[in-house]
Amino acid sequence: MKIAVCVKQVPDTWAEKKLSDSDNTLDRASVEAVMNELDEYAVEEALLISEANDGEVVAVSMGPERAEETVRKALQMGADSGIHIHDESLKGSDALATSLVLAEVLKDRGFDLIIFGSESTDARMSVVPAMVAERLGRPQLTFANKVDVDGGTVKIQRLTDYGYDEVEGASPAVVSVVEKINEPRYPSFKGIMAAKKKPIETVALAESGIDAGQVGLGAAWSEVASAAPRPPKAAGVKIDDEGAGGSKIAEFLSEQKFI
Amino acid sequence: MQFTSEHDQFRKVVRAFVENEINPYVDQWEQDRIFPAHELFPKLAEIGAFGLEYDEKYGGQGADHSYTTVFMEELGYACDCAGVPMAIAVQSSMATPSLHNFGSEELKEKYLKPAMLGEQVCSVAVSEPDAGSDVSGIRTKAVRDGDDWIINGRKMWITNGSQADWICLLARTSDEGGFAGMSQIIIPTDAPGFEVTRTIEKMGNHSSDTTELVFEDVRVPIANTIGEPGRGFQQQMMQFQDERLVGAYMATMGAQRALERTIEYLQMREAFGKPLLANQYLQYNLAELIADVDMMITYNREAARRFTLGENVTREATIAKLKVGKLARKVADTVVQYHGGMGYAEENWPARYLRDARLISIGGGADEVMLRIISMLEGMDRRR
Repeated sequence: MKIAVCVKQVPDTWAEKKLSDSDNTLDRASVEAVMNELDEYAVEEALLISEANDGEVVAVSMGPERAEETVRKALQMGADSGIHIHDESLKGSDALATSLVLAEVLKDRGFDLIIFGSESTDARMSVVPAMVAERLGRPQLTFANKVDVDGGTVKIQRLTDYGYDEVEGASPAVVSVVEKINEPRYPSFKGIMAAKKKPIETVALAESGIDAGQVGLGAAWSEVASAAPRPPKAAGVKIDDEGAGGSKIAEFLSEQKFI
Repeated sequence: MQFTSEHDQFRKVVRAFVENEINPYVDQWEQDRIFPAHELFPKLAEIGAFGLEYDEKYGGQGADHSYTTVFMEELGYACDCAGVPMAIAVQSSMATPSLHNFGSEELKEKYLKPAMLGEQVCSVAVSEPDAGSDVSGIRTKAVRDGDDWIINGRKMWITNGSQADWICLLARTSDEGGFAGMSQIIIPTDAPGFEVTRTIEKMGNHSSDTTELVFEDVRVPIANTIGEPGRGFQQQMMQFQDERLVGAYMATMGAQRALERTIEYLQMREAFGKPLLANQYLQYNLAELIADVDMMITYNREAARRFTLGENVTREATIAKLKVGKLARKVADTVVQYHGGMGYAEENWPARYLRDARLISIGGGADEVMLRIISMLEGMDRRR
């Protein structure tokens, strides 16, 4: 079983993020870069499925030069090899362009399963897995809380507000996982050492057969026109109860249209 | 010492491990006066933290001391207490170096391997109620009876003692007295006659259990001796090198983090209309301590580099332990002072840091013993 796990390098989840002045894209250089947290769960799930099925895991990332670190981290956790899609023209790509590139690179490589984290902590759109599934014409098994692979069938529990739905599709399928699914392993010392020798294939845009005009900031379907820092939290309203506390609270809630 | 990107990666793993697997539980463990070594150690073994410089045959990682340096520095830096790092260091660098370096194949297979896999917890027992820093004064005795030792005596200040599966014991095995006639012997704690008589309530390092042990006619095979009988003192002195080095790595980085956290606090805390940190008096005192920590890091890493090359670093390990002990006391006093009432409150970190940091000048040989060793290395004790 051959599994692709897509990993994204993002600015440290807890760092204060800024948009760059020139083009309002995320300033990635000024903060520490890490593997998107949910992608760690995706890697773990890929490794678990691979271990149970004597499979192979390929970590795939699209991103600038330093995104190779994130591919390497997946290798340290136990993935067998990596693909790093790196091209200057990809900078500023939106979800549509990202899904286009990923689908093109992934399509003819014989993957039985493609696993994503369900969202990235920087963009938080949760659409790339669905878009990749659509572009590849494969079943879309997203927001999985549990994944079972049985021969040619992939079954998941899709996490919902009310519990979960059982969804299944034929392999090859595209799966995205939520953080409840597992407990990602830490790279071990030996994993770190072994990863030094694992291959990472670098793919440029031209090799994927996509025209540079279809990707990057220029081809994005949305544009950030302006941005302002989130205002600091304002102090709440304090109501002293001098006998009419209840009605004052009701008044406040009504003003806010809660009741 | 030159760290590679693999060292940096491993450092990150240790940081994440401490933040997720240790720090959330520290308050509880401090309150409990013990942490669950049998739960935590297998997880540490999974990331390959034990036996970094030991042979892979015995559950080690086959790397070198430079990775132990990274591991200990990061434990000391990231951990919200000193007790758990100390207990981990006992397992990795204080109770096991002699066994790895001098133990028989059988002993290493039976005791070192499970410890490095995190399945067993170990302790080192040298100090006694009447002999601590003066190791030549120990009285615990092992008497030969056929193929066995029969051991009688008491040991004190034993970290991990109440949860250990085996102990690296230093005992007298002949009547020569002084430094001669001692041996290191592995004692499984399920041996009849072994007893943990009490857990000692301490001023700090609360999350780590410190115990007093009694040996009453404890019978173990002579084959449990590490190396040759009679070489115990020398082997233990070498083992102290590891202990003092890793102690220095941890304490130095602990002091660094304490200063960083204090600076953050002083930036936030306002008094007389400006952040406390705007006071030059505070800035300069902190700058002085930062400079001292910086010197210490450089000194430690040079000692680590030479130890990695296989050199004898008794002198460096001694000096590092002495100087960081004094520095940590100064840093602890300063960070509590600069936090004011907040620093004195049990609910904030400086109070714990002050208590924990005080141990460094006492454990693993007191400052005065370090000074004695340095005097001896300089030949001062022979001049009149």
